[in-house]
Amino acid sequence: MLHTRRPAALTAGLAILALFVLAALLANLVAPYDPIAQDGAARLVALSWAHPFGTDNFGRDILSRVIHGARVDLQMALIGVFFPFVIGTVIGSLAGFAGGVVDAVLMRLIDIILAFPFLVLMLSIIAILGPGLTSFYIAMALVGWVSYARLVRAQILVLKSADYAVAAASLGFSRPRILFRHLLPNAIAGSLVFSMSDAVLVLLSGAAISYLGLGVQPPVAEWGVMVAEGQPFVTQAWWITLFPGLAIVLLAFGFSMLGDALGELMGVHE
Amino acid sequence: MHRYRFILTRPLQFLPVVLGVSLITFVLVRLIPGDPARVLLGARATPTAIANIRAQYGLDEPIWLQYLYFLRNLAHGEMGTSIVFRIDVLDLIVTRIEPTVALVLASVLLSVLIAVPLAALAARNRGRPVDHLVRIVSTFGIGFPPFWLGLMLILFLAVQVPLFPVSGYGTSVGEKLAHLVLPALTVALSLSTVLLRSLRAAMIEGLKSDVATAARARGMPEGVVFWRHVLPNAVAPTINLLAVNVGWLIGSTVVVESVFALPGMGQLLVRAIFSRDYMVVQAIAMVFACATVLVNLAADIATVAVDPRVKL
Repeated sequence: MLHTRRPAALTAGLAILALFVLAALLANLVAPYDPIAQDGAARLVALSWAHPFGTDNFGRDILSRVIHGARVDLQMALIGVFFPFVIGTVIGSLAGFAGGVVDAVLMRLIDIILAFPFLVLMLSIIAILGPGLTSFYIAMALVGWVSYARLVRAQILVLKSADYAVAAASLGFSRPRILFRHLLPNAIAGSLVFSMSDAVLVLLSGAAISYLGLGVQPPVAEWGVMVAEGQPFVTQAWWITLFPGLAIVLLAFGFSMLGDALGELMGVHE
Repeated sequence: MHRYRFILTRPLQFLPVVLGVSLITFVLVRLIPGDPARVLLGARATPTAIANIRAQYGLDEPIWLQYLYFLRNLAHGEMGTSIVFRIDVLDLIVTRIEPTVALVLASVLLSVLIAVPLAALAARNRGRPVDHLVRIVSTFGIGFPPFWLGLMLILFLAVQVPLFPVSGYGTSVGEKLAHLVLPALTVALSLSTVLLRSLRAAMIEGLKSDVATAARARGMPEGVVFWRHVLPNAVAPTINLLAVNVGWLIGSTVVVESVFALPGMGQLLVRAIFSRDYMVVQAIAMVFACATVLVNLAADIATVAVDPRVKL
């Protein structure tokens, strides 16, 4: 069963991701209209050939805004995963490799950060830094590394007594060399798989924070912002809200499928 | 009763975590640039109020002593005054607890009601089309943004077909329950996708277990095997899964309360961030963190209670 599913999930995930990457890169060419250009003559226009996804209360073309939104939301997911991934991997491998007091202190810090509900801690940090995308990235880096650190630490703890690690040590290799050249490459598979489901979490968090008005600021076309802007008109012009939400669902599905496929390819199970 | 002895010792393990939580919230507010007294009291503070705050938090003392003052105030249940509402922060939060707790409980109940039958259906038909369908639906469901899902539910179940109220909370118990349906459904649809995957895996394990095989060998019908032997064994993992996800659950309620204008702690948090009401932000972050710790303790107790084999 797994063998028939594996290529399908991988293909589907890659195809969806490629679609969004292309939309982001070619937004200026593909989008029929300027995403922030207002058109007083075309307010709240329903789906039509001129506006396949309709327009909002400023007469802005929803299709163009969804396409341009791919730039912001894709960037949000990638940067929002990248920094926690790097920071968490470094801290987790240090904790697992060094052991002792370093490990104990870092693990307690992780316990404390995990005691906070993820979004509540994110929002508290953004409250201090002020709304905006930069604040979101900083908050994400401060909070998100924890999961990666735990994953990598657990792997390093197992791997550091593996035969090849002992062999490398008896050959007289330095400790950093053993950690970075021998242990880390083997410890990282689980984090790579996790980063895909994490991308879903980051995307949803970033969009939610922007929806609340604390992330990406209008008039930038971002899917969470678009949903918030469409909310007052949801009964008369549902298309303003529907399409950016569908874009989030589809991109998240792409990341999930890719994560599933990677997990099966690498033999990692969460 | 010695199986329950951890209830006495576990809080001791939580103490460092709770202290750490207080340290982080303390540091967060002190990181705001400017005079802390002015930051906490807002731009229009009177000189007397500023002098009081300076004395209460020892703002001219070294930072570690300020933290001790902060802890002393906490121990007395003093978390400051809200700039916007001009009342004690804890008194303010108490009025907002009920909708949030009701939303969390209703969401958990609904998500179990959704996830358990679907997981059973998938597990008992493993590898068949219905199993694949459930898996694909749950993979899709994980990516549903709660704020968007909530609006779609409002559109279909409150506007197109006016079954439930659009937003707000109401006063009588009946009104409150009616207002909770859509927000709880929003959270539950997301939460159930998380539960579904693990429950399905736990049930498949259960169906393959020796207990199930032995029951079948005694001639027990497959349905009875499932209800008597497989389902009860999936309860403990479900409780743990809910406990692990309680932080995520609280995060969703923050967003969903804002969508549905539900006057809970999450909505208060978001408004406090906009009005720079830092005392409120600080207190809500602490209350949510302590609630998470308590829920985990409760989950441990429940696990021990439902599964006689577990020792903590």
